[in-house]
Amino acid sequence: MQETQLQRVQEAVARCRDLPGALLPMLHAIQDDLGYVPPEAVPTIAKALALSRAEVHGVISFYHHFRSAPPGRHVIQVCRAEACQSIGAERLVARLRERLGIDFHGTTADGAVSLEAVYCLGNCACAPAVMVDGALRGRVTEAVLDEIIDTAALVDEHVGVAGGAR
Amino acid sequence: MTVRIFVPRDSSAVSVGADAVAKAIADEATRRAIPVAVIRNGSRGMLWLEPLVEVETPAGRVGYGPVTVADVPKLFDAGFDRGAPHPLCIGPVDAYPWLAKQERLCFARAGVTDPLSWSEYVAHGGSRGLRAALAMTGADAVAAVTESGLRGRGGAAFPTGIKWKTVLDTAADQKYVVCNADEGDSGTFSDRMVMEDDPFVLIEGMAIAGIATGATVGYIYLRSEYPYAERALMAAIETARSVGVLGDDVLGSGRRFELHVRRGAGAYICGEETSLLESLEGKRGMVRFKPPVPAISGLFGKPTVLNNVITFASIPIIFDRGATFYRDYGRGRSRGTLPIQLAGNIKQGGLVEKAFGVTLNELLYDFGGGSASGRPIRTVQVGGPLGAYIPESQFDVPLDYEAYASIGAMVGHGGIVVFDDTVDMARMARYAMEFCAIESCGKCTPCRIGSTRGVETIDRIIEGRDRGAQLAILEDLCNTMLSGSLCALGGMTPFPVMSALKHFPQDFGLGPDGLAAAA
Ligand SMILES: Cc1cc2nc3c(=O)[nH]c(=O)nc-3n(C[C@H](O)[C@H](O)[C@H](O)COP(=O)(O)O)c2cc1C
Ligand code: SF4
Ligand code: FES
Ligand code: FES
Repeated sequence: MQETQLQRVQEAVARCRDLPGALLPMLHAIQDDLGYVPPEAVPTIAKALALSRAEVHGVISFYHHFRSAPPGRHVIQVCRAEACQSIGAERLVARLRERLGIDFHGTTADGAVSLEAVYCLGNCACAPAVMVDGALRGRVTEAVLDEIIDTAALVDEHVGVAGGAR
Repeated sequence: MTVRIFVPRDSSAVSVGADAVAKAIADEATRRAIPVAVIRNGSRGMLWLEPLVEVETPAGRVGYGPVTVADVPKLFDAGFDRGAPHPLCIGPVDAYPWLAKQERLCFARAGVTDPLSWSEYVAHGGSRGLRAALAMTGADAVAAVTESGLRGRGGAAFPTGIKWKTVLDTAADQKYVVCNADEGDSGTFSDRMVMEDDPFVLIEGMAIAGIATGATVGYIYLRSEYPYAERALMAAIETARSVGVLGDDVLGSGRRFELHVRRGAGAYICGEETSLLESLEGKRGMVRFKPPVPAISGLFGKPTVLNNVITFASIPIIFDRGATFYRDYGRGRSRGTLPIQLAGNIKQGGLVEKAFGVTLNELLYDFGGGSASGRPIRTVQVGGPLGAYIPESQFDVPLDYEAYASIGAMVGHGGIVVFDDTVDMARMARYAMEFCAIESCGKCTPCRIGSTRGVETIDRIIEGRDRGAQLAILEDLCNTMLSGSLCALGGMTPFPVMSALKHFPQDFGLGPDGLAAAA
């Protein structure tokens, strides 16, 4: 973890520590800012909330949302729940695996895209659904996916790789 | 004269292009020097028509959908800004049968108003319920909820009034109101729509709960998969504070009610109420043993009103129009209306609010128009991932809590996921077990280990290895999960599995009698 990251963790900790039930808001604040919760942040969090490191780690690992490693510059979340399955989600999953050459929880070698599974995005009447860097997409076809992947690559080229993940 | 044109801001509409359409309409109007005000309303819930653009005319609002950016210049050419005909035109939206046939109590304003406009909320009946509640004693307010017959819409269908009475009657220095906005069931989005399309109704319902029971602080536990709803709620809460609905002096009554949003973190089990409370307290979402019930010892050990979004959103109209008005809808012990969500492989999917008693046949064919693929509908799953798969022979059972329980099914949160005849029910059964394994909190062995064994056993059945013995093992596993689980995740995962096996044995390589003979 870099110096500036540690500073940002400390800021998030200071902002949240006095909330009732502070741990989840704190972890969210850190991940919203850095894209993940660096393992090196755990002692700082534990100290601020008078918890053991094991307790903090236990919470981080319990929840699917929290990441302990930085994601790619773009995060594609594919819904794998029933409504999306009923209308082709698994075709999308196959397409993504093929195009990106990675599986769920993976990040492409160039660090451009991470692939994650989600179970319902509340877009079940416009299924299948995916979320790209926090933007919801519905009635997604393989062609739309291709466009999403190509755009992600293009955007990176133009802005010289800025932060993509929410 | 400036024409008012409505383009929904609902995330489902945005997911299929509403933002781009809104911008295209504004740009094209400027180009043509037509004075237009683009208003971002909520969604009407006719989600297959999204983006559904509405134009205000002297004869009411006329709808066009689904509109793409490429359609916009052609719509202007046709004169849609005057409500002129066009192939995408559905006519006056309020008279459109899909909508007109509904009984919208909870969703009366959705799609009609700008969700973030307090003045429009009030102009369309909002805040009257809270004012009525403020004029009542706590006991009378709670009695009104009991009398309305309202039962929790989160899944367990527990009478809301009884819960509130327990909180009212439990003395404490602090009480809480917690809204379960975890909406984890596949095929459900009514909570999301309330939060994005009419968030003040949820805020008002929670404030009434606080006023009625003596709770001064509320939390909305919102799933992390709903960033659009989070932004809408934050903005609405900010406005509610500024107009004095929230804060130290609720509508000048001298009563206090404060409200906060807390984000979940992608754990399905945190929709279970005690797991949710653990999570709100900053812990892992491990399910608690009951008793004590949350109404007596809930958040931080204090008496807590804990209800689903739709339950709270049903409260204001009960106080505005009266308990009898509400209970006159519905049948048997299922009173009022249910916002039903038509999802998955359905041609006309979206939100249908109807009094209890509507049948799947009406929902799937009259409203839904059949499958999206055009193939025959084979089965539907009602009530989320723990709900049974229902075969066509039961599509005429009236949708109410008791009638569904009597066929081993569950209304749950009112989500209906539609599958056509290409569905492989053995795979769906396997998925139910897999989902349970992924989402188990880990407290009970039958749920944690049994679900993984279930996946393996179904795999063997699919492969045709020793089917008879494997079937016996699966049945045994299901029985152990049914009886040996602390909560409904482990305790009800057998429902989708066993219903798939019972109604569709051929998908498991079995004869129609469910025996392994056909292997
Ligand atoms: C595994 C599991 C998941 C649940 N998920 C939700 C949910 O996402 N939303 C919800 O309101 N209730 C959910 N429930 C039901 C809650 O435990 C609880 O009954 C409900 O929130 C109470 O509110 P109500 O009485 O207004 O329905 C779930 C229950 C279980 C066992
Ligand atoms: S049934 Fe499963 S999810 Fe529920 S308490 Fe037991 S282990 Fe946890
Ligand atoms: S099941 Fe995929 S969005 Fe709901
Ligand atoms: S805790 Fe052991 S079976 Fe539930």
